[in-house]
Order: sequence, then C-alpha cells, then structure tokens
Amino acid sequence: MSVDTQAQPTQPVKVKPGNIQLDQNGKLRHFLAIEGLPKTVLTQILDTAESFATPREHHGKKVDLLKGHTIANLFFEPSTRTRTTFELAAKRLSADVLNINISASSSSKGETLLDMLRNLEAMHIDMFVVRHGSSGAAHFIANNVPSHVSVLNAGDGSHEHPTQAMLDMFTIRQHKPDFPSLRVAIVGDLMHSRVARSQIHALNTLGVGELRVIAPQTLLPAGVEKLGVQVYQNLEAGIKDVDVIIMLRLQRERMHGAYIPSQGEYFRLYGMTEQRLKLAKPDVIVMHPGPINRGVEMDSAVADGPHSVILEQVSNGIAVRMAAMAMTMRNPDGSSAV
Amino acid sequence: MTAQRIHIQGGRFIDPANNIDAKQDLWIADGKIQALGTAPDGFKADLSIDANGLVVCPGLIDLSARTREPGQSDKATIASETRAAASAGITTLIGPPDTNPVIDSAAVVELIHHKARQANYSRLLVLGALTRGLGGETITAMHTLKGAGVVGMSNASLPVQNTLVLRRAFEYAATHDLTVFIRPDDPDLSCGGCVHEGALSTRLGLPGIPEAAETVAVAKTLELIEQTGVRAHFSQLSSKRAAHMIARARHDGLKITSDVAAHHLYLTEVDIRNYDSACHLLPPLRSEQDRDGLRECIGTGMIDAICSDHQPHEPDAKQAPFPDTAPGLSGLDTLLPLVNRLANEKLLSLPEAISRVTHLPADILGLDSGKLGVGDVADICIFDPDSHWFVSSETLQSQGHNTPFMGWEMQGRARHTLVNGQLVFSSDHD
Repeated sequence: MSVDTQAQPTQPVKVKPGNIQLDQNGKLRHFLAIEGLPKTVLTQILDTAESFATPREHHGKKVDLLKGHTIANLFFEPSTRTRTTFELAAKRLSADVLNINISASSSSKGETLLDMLRNLEAMHIDMFVVRHGSSGAAHFIANNVPSHVSVLNAGDGSHEHPTQAMLDMFTIRQHKPDFPSLRVAIVGDLMHSRVARSQIHALNTLGVGELRVIAPQTLLPAGVEKLGVQVYQNLEAGIKDVDVIIMLRLQRERMHGAYIPSQGEYFRLYGMTEQRLKLAKPDVIVMHPGPINRGVEMDSAVADGPHSVILEQVSNGIAVRMAAMAMTMRNPDGSSAV
Repeated sequence: MTAQRIHIQGGRFIDPANNIDAKQDLWIADGKIQALGTAPDGFKADLSIDANGLVVCPGLIDLSARTREPGQSDKATIASETRAAASAGITTLIGPPDTNPVIDSAAVVELIHHKARQANYSRLLVLGALTRGLGGETITAMHTLKGAGVVGMSNASLPVQNTLVLRRAFEYAATHDLTVFIRPDDPDLSCGGCVHEGALSTRLGLPGIPEAAETVAVAKTLELIEQTGVRAHFSQLSSKRAAHMIARARHDGLKITSDVAAHHLYLTEVDIRNYDSACHLLPPLRSEQDRDGLRECIGTGMIDAICSDHQPHEPDAKQAPFPDTAPGLSGLDTLLPLVNRLANEKLLSLPEAISRVTHLPADILGLDSGKLGVGDVADICIFDPDSHWFVSSETLQSQGHNTPFMGWEMQGRARHTLVNGQLVFSSDHD
C-alpha cells in the first residue's frame, strides 16, 4: 500500500457516529438525551403525551399498546418516585414490568455492566429504563444492546434526565403554549443537575424567548453560558418579569460548606418566597422536579400556593413516559411496535 | 545471538544531534557505529540492509511507556510491549514506577531489567518511585535505586500532596544528582475529574479537571525546584498555560525540561464526542487553544520532547460508562507516524521532529544514545516515511488496542529496528 508521494497527508479518517437516538426515518429509537433531538420529535412526544393524558374519569384506564412487551426498570441509583411513574406508565400501556434495583453492593460483586446486560437480554427484555450514577451510562447501554431493544434514560450522572424535562415542557405548554414569548428562569444547583441540562436543551429547541440560569458561581458549571443561557448570580434581578420559574433541588450533602456555606444563607439569597415572586410576571408558574426541601429552595407558601404547578408535574410524568415508551418500543424485527 | 556486522545502504541518514541529513551508508559491528559514508577497510558484512527510499535515524526514546509488568500482565507484558516498541522503531522505553509492586526497591528494578533482557527486543529503563509505595509520605532509598540503574525519580501519576515531603524528596534527589520527573497535577483540584473542565464537561455532565489543576501544580513545583536546586522534568503537559510557565522559568535560568504526549498535539476534548472511552485520558484532552499552544511550543522548542504516554489496557477496561473506564491509551504504535506527521504538516523539519524523540529525550535522561556518530551505540530506526497504513486491531502490535486513533490513516512505518547493533525487528511487507 506504499504510496510514493511527498504530498500533504490526508486528513484523518474517523467515522462520525450517526444520531443513535433516531432511526433512518428520523423516528425516536432510544430516548437518551434531549440534546441532538429536533423540535419535531420533541413536539411529537408532547402531542403523544397529550393523547395519553386522559380526562379525570378515564384516569388509570389501561390501553393495550405494549401488550406482550417486557420493560425492565434498571435502577443503579435509589429512586422511588421516578421508578414508580415509569412502572405506572408501562402498566397503563399493558407491558410486563420487571423492576431491578442494583445497589452499589451487588454491582460490586464483580459482574460488569455488560455481563448484566447479556443476562437480561437472555430474558427477552424489549426495553431498558436506566438510571445510573455515571454520565453516559445510558449511551453506553444503548450502544451495547441488540438492535430491537430500546433504552430510555431515567437519569445518568449529571448529564441528562430527558423524560423529566419533557414532563416539565408538557406542564409549561398546558399553561403557556407559546414558547417564543416566554421568559424562563432556572434557579439553583445547575452544577450537578441532570434535570437542568435537559431542560436547557428542551427549552432552547422549542424556541423559548429568553432562558436564564440563577445560582452562585459555586453551583454554576464551567461554560454554562455556551449552552445558550443568560447567567445571573442575583435572584431578584434574574426572576424579574419571568413567566416560568424552575427551582432545582439542592442535595443535602452540598449544603454545608462544600458549595454553599449554609442552608440559611442559601435560602436568604436564593430561596423562593411569596414576596420575591412578585418580581415575576403576575401569572408566573413555579416548578420543581421534587422532592422539595421546604425552607431551603422555597417557602411552603410558594410550594403550596396558587403559582405552584408542582403536583401537575408529577401526574404529567406518567403521560410523558407512556409517550416515550410507545414511541421507542420495537418489535423483534425492529419495526415500530405502535 | 552473535554480534552482527551490518551494512545499511542507500538510506536518507538523519542524525539530528550531529546535524546530519544526507544520503549516507552506515557500517555497524560490535554493537556500535563503525563508519559513516565510507566503508572501513576490509569490512565484511553478515547482513546488508537496503534502505533506499527509507530514513535511517537514531532509535526512538519514549519518555513514558507502561509495560504493565509486574502487576498487570493481563493488560500487557514486558515481552509484548518491548516487542511492539521494536516494531514501531522505538529502541528505549522509560517505564514509570507505578507497577505492582512499585519500583521503590532495587529488587523490582532488577526484576524488570532481567525480564527486558530476556525478551531481547527494545531496552526498558525505569524511573524509581520518589516516595515509598508512591504513598507521598516517606522518601525512597534513592542512592540504592540509582545504583540499581533507575534513570530518574517520579511519583508517576500520584501527586505528592504534602509539600514538605515533596521538598525533602527534591532535596534528596538533588543530593544524589537524580532528575525528578513530575506530571503536574493538583489532586484537590482534579479530584474525581475525568475530562477537561469547560463547556464540553458541562454539556456531557462529566466531572471536569480544570486547567488550574495543572498550572497550580506547576507554580508550586517551580518554587520548590528553585529552592532545592534539583534537576527537574515536567511530563505530559496538557495545557498551553503550563507550557508557557515552564518556558518562562527556564528562560529565567531554571534547570528544567518538559515533554508532551503525542496525542495532545492532535486531539482535543471534542474528540470525546458521545462518551468515547478511548478518549478517557489523564491528563485530559483539553481545548483547541491548548492543543494549538502545545504544537507551537513543540515547534519553537519551548517543549523539548514528545512521548507516547503508552498505557495499554485489556478491552474490558474501556467497556463501561465513560467515568467508570480506565484512563489511558495505547501509544507505541502511533508515536513514529504522529511525529512524522508534524514534519508532513510542516510544523517542524523531519530532522527537528526526529530530535524530539531521540537525542532530546536522551539528554533529559543523561543517556549516551539518541545519536549515531562513529563509536556510538547502534540503536537505529529505519522507517518508510511514505508508507500509508490504517490503525486497526490487525495493524496494532501492542497488546493494548485502546487508541483514539483507531481507523485513522497514518503515514510512516518502521521497516527495521536495531538495538545494540542487533536486528530486533524487520518487515518487508507493504
């Protein structure tokens, strides 16, 4: 293969992986991250969720769209709320559900993640819903399952939590459907939040008018402004005239000195109160992915007050997860199951 | 093997240390260069190597290559990696002390030397541990280690956190005229990180290693070097700022040198794409400005040498979510073509590029090799600068196939390698 030439070297040949989340027809194949998905797909998720968000009298009634399919909830991090809504969503679609909680101790027995996947594949699982402490875990699993198996990311490290972001978009759309006219503020621990990253990508893809993030520098990840947000370190300035406020959860272990000096100082500077809420638009909605630390991120008066849509977020979670499951599920021949 | 009498004919002979770049024949006997240009009287060659169209230069000296032995022979062995080195034109490997057991006693040094002699491919020299067990608490018996043949002291990739211990270690190394090798890293700042801190780490949600982890360590170390007078070498720089700090200190008169790993001259954090674990490296791939800055420093000589930072792994070590994979790449196979590429890209002339992996690292180590004058040791690399090949599992010779260059087209490939005047590798394919 010797080539006798002194010419400039050819450029490196490196295969560009396609978008693993979409099939050749641009349909959702895995749901791993909001980043990289086009607006049409996000809108389709919201519209599909809409069709599952049945009126109150039909609530809880099953549809048999995924009858005969098996979904495994693979949770490497403890979670009750998220796992429960995924389980409910799967059951409402008539899928068989397997809950697998892998505590740190059992995964330290030496079985690699790949070995575990191979074992589960032998049980003919059609879809994995994965929560894992390491960023990129859902991508890794999606790259290592047979072609007809789908993967839904239920949170990977500090990377993304796409179904949470979509249920937030769904909730916003119910109240304020015109995204380009909206001013949205995300407040709190942006540094460690996978929810915030997914929300930022979703809001920008849906064309939100203005997106702000508000936090002290210790809780802002490096280069966050490059994700397409305006950075504020002062809460009052940041929430002025906004239509939507999203409060993020502050993990307990980050409250005492490592990132902020104390709960008290955090609440004084970044806690949401009724008084502060007056700076926002009169019809502002307040959101929180839960669970709330009352008196740290917000006052009870705000959490339970007229602007709060926190409980709607929870119920919308089921419809959005049903949509994500119905859209990604495949038959063994790879064709769309729904 | 009996000593061979070898005639290398027709090649482009490049010996940067002696400023030679000319079509010239070499005659080798008794492990040494006997003559250049004109045959010695009555020389009868046992072996004649046709080097027409090839470059004949000193064998490469790689300032950082892990063979994984002793301790991790599931990843690679001294035999497998010195053989791979020979097939890549590298005649001397410098092994960091983070083997298991750690190279903090003469016995381990002797074991490694023995295994390398047995394998009989490229040379393997080692750095001794700066602190016992690399624990950062007690200094090692440096005089004994020097007697056993270590070529310098290092704490590998485990920074000495206690500044007083670091000072004492530098003082003791200075006492015994040993060079200390430092991979600058502030462990408090890099703690838990696996990629460069910046917009990309934020986007991927991966814990970042700030540039300051390197620059803060460089600043602290430079002060201690000045205070103690130790001769020091900074290994595997990853940031432009650190390279400039070191160059400035050298300009001010400090006895220091530095190197960069070849991949840091080509790749950036962007190559991580969607969690490509082959790009999980420490120090991490940094920004485009850093990559370009490091290239500029290699071009101007502000950075002295280029190493492979070879860290072979078994496939399983890279088969996990990105942060859970083992850091490091397999770099022996790509060192020569990546250095050759610097010349093709006209950043350096070919002799200058070759100097970065031959006599400049030899000078840093205080070795006599890296040059090919009459009477010098015949460690020689003969390579085809125009041979194109693709990096693949089939073409890689190292036991580790963990390289981010997989699938890249490379230009430049070793054809014959001589160590101590013996032919240890020869290939005529392609």
